[in-house]
Amino acid sequence: MTYVGQPVNRIDGRAKVTGSALYAAEHRLPRMAHAVLVTSTIASGRVAHIDSSIAEKMRGVLLVMTHRNAPQLPQKGHAGASSPPAGRVLNLLQDDQVHYNNQPVALVVADTLEHAQAASRLVRIDYLARPSSLDFMAAKANAFTPEKVQGSTADSTRGDVGAGMAAAVTRVDAVYTTPVEHHNPMEPHATVASWDGDRLTLHDSTQYVTGARNTVAKTLGIAPDKVRVICPFVGGGFGCKGSAWSHVVLAAMAARATGHPVKLVLERPQMFGMVGSRPQTEQHLQLGATGEGRLCAVQHDVIASTSFQEDWTESSAIVTRMLYDSTSQHTSHRLVKLNHGTPTYMRAPGEASGSFALECALDELAYAAKIDPVALRLQNYAEIEPEKGLPWSSKSLRQCYQVGAERFGWARRNPVPRSMRHGDLLMGWGMATATYPANRQAASASATILPDGSALVRSGSQDLGTGTYTVMTQIAADALGLPLEKVCFELGDTDQPSAPVSGGSQTVASVGPAVHAACVAAREKLVAMAIADSASPLHASGADDVGVDAGWLFKRSIPARREPLAAVMGRNGGMPIEATTEAKPGDEKKQFALHSFGAVFTEVHVDPDLGTITVPRIVAAYGVGNLMNRKTGHSQLMGGIVWGMGMALMEKTTIDSRSGRPVNANLAEYHMPVNADVNSIDITVVDEKDPHINSLGAKGVGEIGITGVAAAIGNAVFHATGVRVRDLPITLDKLI
Amino acid sequence: MQSFFYDRATDVDDAVRLAQQPNVRFIGGGTNLLDLMKGDVEHPTRLIDLNRTGLATITASADGGVRIGALVRNSDMANHPLVREQYPLLSQALLSGASAQLRNMATTGGNLMQRTRCYYFTDPAFNNCNKRRPGSGCAARDGENRLHAILGASESCIATNPSDMSVALAALDAVVVVRGLRGERRIPIAEFHRLPGNEPQRDTTLGAGELITAVDLPPSPFGANAHYLKVRERASYAFALVSVAAGLALRDGSVERATVVLGGVAHKPWRVPSAEAALRGQRIGTAEFDRSAVTLADAVLAGAQGFKDNQFKIRLAHRSIVRALQQAVQPAGVPA
Repeated sequence: MTYVGQPVNRIDGRAKVTGSALYAAEHRLPRMAHAVLVTSTIASGRVAHIDSSIAEKMRGVLLVMTHRNAPQLPQKGHAGASSPPAGRVLNLLQDDQVHYNNQPVALVVADTLEHAQAASRLVRIDYLARPSSLDFMAAKANAFTPEKVQGSTADSTRGDVGAGMAAAVTRVDAVYTTPVEHHNPMEPHATVASWDGDRLTLHDSTQYVTGARNTVAKTLGIAPDKVRVICPFVGGGFGCKGSAWSHVVLAAMAARATGHPVKLVLERPQMFGMVGSRPQTEQHLQLGATGEGRLCAVQHDVIASTSFQEDWTESSAIVTRMLYDSTSQHTSHRLVKLNHGTPTYMRAPGEASGSFALECALDELAYAAKIDPVALRLQNYAEIEPEKGLPWSSKSLRQCYQVGAERFGWARRNPVPRSMRHGDLLMGWGMATATYPANRQAASASATILPDGSALVRSGSQDLGTGTYTVMTQIAADALGLPLEKVCFELGDTDQPSAPVSGGSQTVASVGPAVHAACVAAREKLVAMAIADSASPLHASGADDVGVDAGWLFKRSIPARREPLAAVMGRNGGMPIEATTEAKPGDEKKQFALHSFGAVFTEVHVDPDLGTITVPRIVAAYGVGNLMNRKTGHSQLMGGIVWGMGMALMEKTTIDSRSGRPVNANLAEYHMPVNADVNSIDITVVDEKDPHINSLGAKGVGEIGITGVAAAIGNAVFHATGVRVRDLPITLDKLI
Repeated sequence: MQSFFYDRATDVDDAVRLAQQPNVRFIGGGTNLLDLMKGDVEHPTRLIDLNRTGLATITASADGGVRIGALVRNSDMANHPLVREQYPLLSQALLSGASAQLRNMATTGGNLMQRTRCYYFTDPAFNNCNKRRPGSGCAARDGENRLHAILGASESCIATNPSDMSVALAALDAVVVVRGLRGERRIPIAEFHRLPGNEPQRDTTLGAGELITAVDLPPSPFGANAHYLKVRERASYAFALVSVAAGLALRDGSVERATVVLGGVAHKPWRVPSAEAALRGQRIGTAEFDRSAVTLADAVLAGAQGFKDNQFKIRLAHRSIVRALQQAVQPAGVPA
């Protein structure tokens, strides 16, 4: 039995639906106190005066922590700020400065949540406001070049764009804009901090237990081995939980100051500011093509917003560097500083926003050149990675276009805008390419075969709701030769072998090989034990001749010679067999370009009078290497597509232009799709063998689903209406 | 949250008696009030729970109409046979509102009393809201006002009433029945909600210490020729950008009477009775009907004024009125 690839149900599904899966905020510790943050109500300035005297006298209040009485931290709290994703510039009450609205300015700790909330409202704060930078358009005058863009250079040039543009027969020149968006996982950020002497334990909702440990330790100035971070379950992360933000450290500070374990949960409105966002972008696309639709010039200039605290850059043009074959190309990234909270990684950071602009521009080019949008993309198909000149480790994009177009019925499309109808509604069909890098980092895992014939496998990774528990259990069961139910996989604890951030869609590709290797190593020890055991029917067999399946050791050449693995272990002292292994990328990244690809086709119906848009169906096809679990993998891709719908049609953080305060900071007014908005989503994962990428041949599926969707919907809206909306979200007011 | 006293009223008299104390709020489903209390917007000294007052019934009235108790849940009202058969418009409006979970809790009286979702009202971090802090100014006028009023706004407030139910009730000429110390009072729905003027803190004409006990619906001449059109940006759990409750009383294919009420555009359901005459005598399915619908829409929207972000609502409201009237020609269905 091979479990990998099967649509295995979630191992943790029952625990989640019955409520026995404990999330960070559900941990109750003896004497635990509750903390509530007080956040700023101005965008820029300083705290002129704080009166906490009334709050301090409220019933149950243990502490009101402000910049006046907060413990002084090394480097004013910036000691851990060196390296994203984990290390960020935090607001830890070390000074009186306010850099954005909703920034932490005080923390109230009380015996109950209600007491802490009541007191938090009575902390009186007077601000001295400074002029703030809140207008993206105005701030553009001061745009600057960031030092780095997610590990790459801010600008790139290939060939002579000027000459290419001059030679072009067809040109597109358009500006696309995307708004600030917030992640809003269902589970808010939450931390329970408790000290035992000089040892700190954090139950934290995080995508990166090791990163959180290191950042908190550095920030507090203590040794990392004094900090343990535990996170068995995450109720959605999407990037905002990849960093250890201010509240994590503040909870630890409050716990130390009060001598109580402290629980700090962000209220939903507090999720809009201090824990990252997708920044605002303005993207200028210029394309030039020959008469046959061959790209001869591509220029993608990005301006993105960041905060006054960090130069975090949305890497929207990175995707343009690798997606199509163009004889010349130039990309650039510039930043403008706004008095917003620092932006961060948000599901396909760069690719989601960048693919909207690039793939809409391609559609505009298809119309300008009178070429079918799929044919245009095939015309410019990149046979090798054009930026680095490397071959792809695998690429099935051509097949994705074909399968997607076929399942969608793309051939029946009349390209003329407003030419297709569904009853009284305008019908539009649009498509776009999807892509996301196939990332991988070093990871470790341990595997322990227990004398009863079961196994415990551990890696300090995270499961964001994506299916890590399930997939790792499948990989381990296959490698160990055990039934699925005999394998227990544990994650989410810094006491376990370390694993990277669950971001960049890299968990399966990073942790999977480590789990596989650890299990193979443990199995080899078991096999060696049987071979050496004169009482075993496998005694003196060649190691290659011994297999393990369904909990039995057997001789491959004479399968009747077999015994349960528990029997071997029982005769040999009944001790667990353990192996710990690290798996890391080799030099495949130097030899190959590593990416996933896909194609998205959408149908929209638009009311010609009212401008209301529905998306009755989406067809998508992806090449993502060896899919570990068809069920959880499908859910990941589908979730990404649904988010892409929201990005296209709904999502926007509306920020008051005077105070910099998000005004729709709740799930009623910050719109994302509800079930009733989501109709048919047809996903095909094409067969793709990748012998180069890792031992499992697996690429990630967490983020590619969102890419291309906003463009495909925008292109369909154009086809339906003849109106090209280049400013997300595509709301009805832009169509009537 | 601040501490408050909690009383459970045993009947209407008890509730009214308890309400003669300062800073009292009645609580039914609590779907709006509790949010506002948690959000530091409402700070009642005392809550009076109405759930044991026996006001949760729907009964046929002697005049052929229907009386809906103040404590009837929105979901129960929407699905009651008397309402579905006689007032499909009301069922449609209710079922378009909120989410199934909220409708299962929200009550008739509470829906009538629900407060605006103006951003600047619901977030006390904003200092300027005349509705929340009379005299403090209106942050919405020059702020983010995509959701705000295009009709009947004042210098001091441009908030909108968020209710779907009230829009249908206004189209159906409902009467709000209230009880105070001096006995019962009947308030026509058109006079129940008020325009902001210079007292935007007052949403309704309900007096202090008065309790809504029921809503009376007169027999409807519109029957199945009614349509509630809600224009919003997702299919559920979103307030209307614009909504229209439209009904047509037809005889032999001609309009005897029309009713049109706009939601999401003003501090109260917006109805211009004089405008409705435009359709009188028009035969359905004719170009003249469509032209008259446009004339009607022009008249309903006379004086409409948009702000920075909501100019589009004027055009949208106009088209929505015409669409709703065209839809009303088709016999209405109510979702199961």
